[in-house]
Amino acid sequence: QDDAGRLGLGREALPEEIAAWDVKIMPDGRGLPEGSGDVMTGEEKYLEHCAACHGDFAEGLGNWPKLAGGEDTLDRKDPVKTVGSYWPHLSTVWDYVHRSMPFGQAQILTPDDTYAITAYILYSNYLVEDDFVLSRDNFLDVAMPNADGFIVDDREETEYPEFSGEPCMENCKDSVEITMHASVLDVTPNDPDDGDGG
Amino acid sequence: MAGKSVTTSRRGILRAGLAAGVALPAAALSARAQGGPDPLITEVQDWARYTGEGVDETPYGLPIRFESDVVRRNVPWLTADPISSINFTPIHALDGTITPAGCAFERHHSGAIELAKPDYRLMVNGLVDRPLVFTYEDLERFPRHSGVYFCECAANTGMEWAGAQLNGSQFTHGMIHNMEYVGIPLKTLLDEAGVKPEGKWIYVEGADASSNGRSIPIEKALDDCMVAFKANGEALRKEHGYPARLVVPGWEGNLWVKWLRRIEVTDGPVESREETSKYTDTLADGTSRKWTWVMDAKSVVTAPSPQVPIRHGNGPLVITGLAWSGRGAITRVDVSVDGGKTWKTARLAAPGQPMQMTRFWLDHDWQGEEMLLQSRAMDDTGYVQPTKSALRAIRGENSVYHNNAIQTWWIKQDGSAENVEVS
Repeated sequence: QDDAGRLGLGREALPEEIAAWDVKIMPDGRGLPEGSGDVMTGEEKYLEHCAACHGDFAEGLGNWPKLAGGEDTLDRKDPVKTVGSYWPHLSTVWDYVHRSMPFGQAQILTPDDTYAITAYILYSNYLVEDDFVLSRDNFLDVAMPNADGFIVDDREETEYPEFSGEPCMENCKDSVEITMHASVLDVTPNDPDDGDGG
Repeated sequence: MAGKSVTTSRRGILRAGLAAGVALPAAALSARAQGGPDPLITEVQDWARYTGEGVDETPYGLPIRFESDVVRRNVPWLTADPISSINFTPIHALDGTITPAGCAFERHHSGAIELAKPDYRLMVNGLVDRPLVFTYEDLERFPRHSGVYFCECAANTGMEWAGAQLNGSQFTHGMIHNMEYVGIPLKTLLDEAGVKPEGKWIYVEGADASSNGRSIPIEKALDDCMVAFKANGEALRKEHGYPARLVVPGWEGNLWVKWLRRIEVTDGPVESREETSKYTDTLADGTSRKWTWVMDAKSVVTAPSPQVPIRHGNGPLVITGLAWSGRGAITRVDVSVDGGKTWKTARLAAPGQPMQMTRFWLDHDWQGEEMLLQSRAMDDTGYVQPTKSALRAIRGENSVYHNNAIQTWWIKQDGSAENVEVS
């Protein structure tokens, strides 16, 4: 593209600035920095930074996310979606932990910390042994169990044809029965003055 | 809750009025019941004698206190804490299509951050001819663009997949707002940096701790996305991304990255946390759809509804609601009062516009009968909003996101209403 039509606003981003903000990791490992971490170091770091919410074994406490477990539950009622049972790429674990965790104190983990904690999460999911050392070199060797569990949005083929066309306007069904009531569950926040909140 | 204290103080005022011997509202009612004249008309009221507030009273106003129930509401059990959480727009109490920003829903992953314009920076990097940094002042110098669009959370109505759960359209359908945005076409910014031919995607992320990074195909980025800095005429609210957010017409709200700080042109999707662990839709067989970006045609009756019971007795009743589609314009909304046996086509307040909310009304003569109230939206692609059982037949109950099913309210003979499912 030539420069015609360009307004000339903004300035060139400096390499240091790009390095500071562009920390994303691609699924093929591009973006991973030098460094490494083993499971045992990861356990130490994890207990310090993560266990208060995610549990000592990455099993999750209270409503906080479970990071481990849930194998073979995706086709059941209430599937348990964790790094081990659901996440397709290890790059996402490294990227998200490094960028956005711990919750409330993000971006304090060094690359080595992040390799180590990622190794511990893998160990908690029984995906590596306790002497495993994760680094940029072996990053893609880790097999993620649900790597093939995703399909690209297919509503165009599976739904739109069925949900298109002139809909029924009269005598669309013989009878109508109520099959489920929200008030039976009674989980809506209540305002004493207003019935159901508002 | 603010609403409660206001209600209490309002009662306090009524009591104070009683003590001072001011005309009793109850007496007024009973006089009317006997066919007498209405003291609100025959007696000079305070507001007709004394002055109201001066123009300096409120430099930036809030709604009158009698509307204190028209507020965002949270459902604490939905999330682990209120920082990475959701609240709900009071759609049950609104009319028209524009959502007041002050009660438009919020969804944050690490809270609503405070980012001043002088501290704001936007970086465009990656597969571009020249990586750039913009200040907020730079953004204001680009040619502007405007548009009205709905922003619907992918999880809107998500709690209802397995059954009828929450009692009120605010809770079942309130993860949505519809605003008039002004900003810059994303294409303009990308052209300024010069997208290289191998740039097929963009990765967008916010300045907050969660970053909310998402990947978007370059075709959408160059089509109708915009970097917005004004909504409904004024600067974005803090909680809506001040001073700049991404607007992604028709696509799931998670992509509308707030406090936008970086746009990277890439050769592929990053497959970030928000497009792998989250915002992927698990089907009955355990596989999951990814990149389900578009929000399908959807509607809901906002009144009458569980939070808006019928209190006026028999006769004329306004049935009203909202419809929207991420694929284009709403062309028609049908309403059923008998659970979908028969349908009538409602009036649209204005012709539907692409990726905007549309208001519909059906004027009904209610004679105290029970109703199973439903609405069914159609868009200009010919798509007809499906029933929940039709969606479940394809997806199962574990999709979490993208529930655009027809909603049913059971209106009882006393005018109260409940969220139900019907056969």
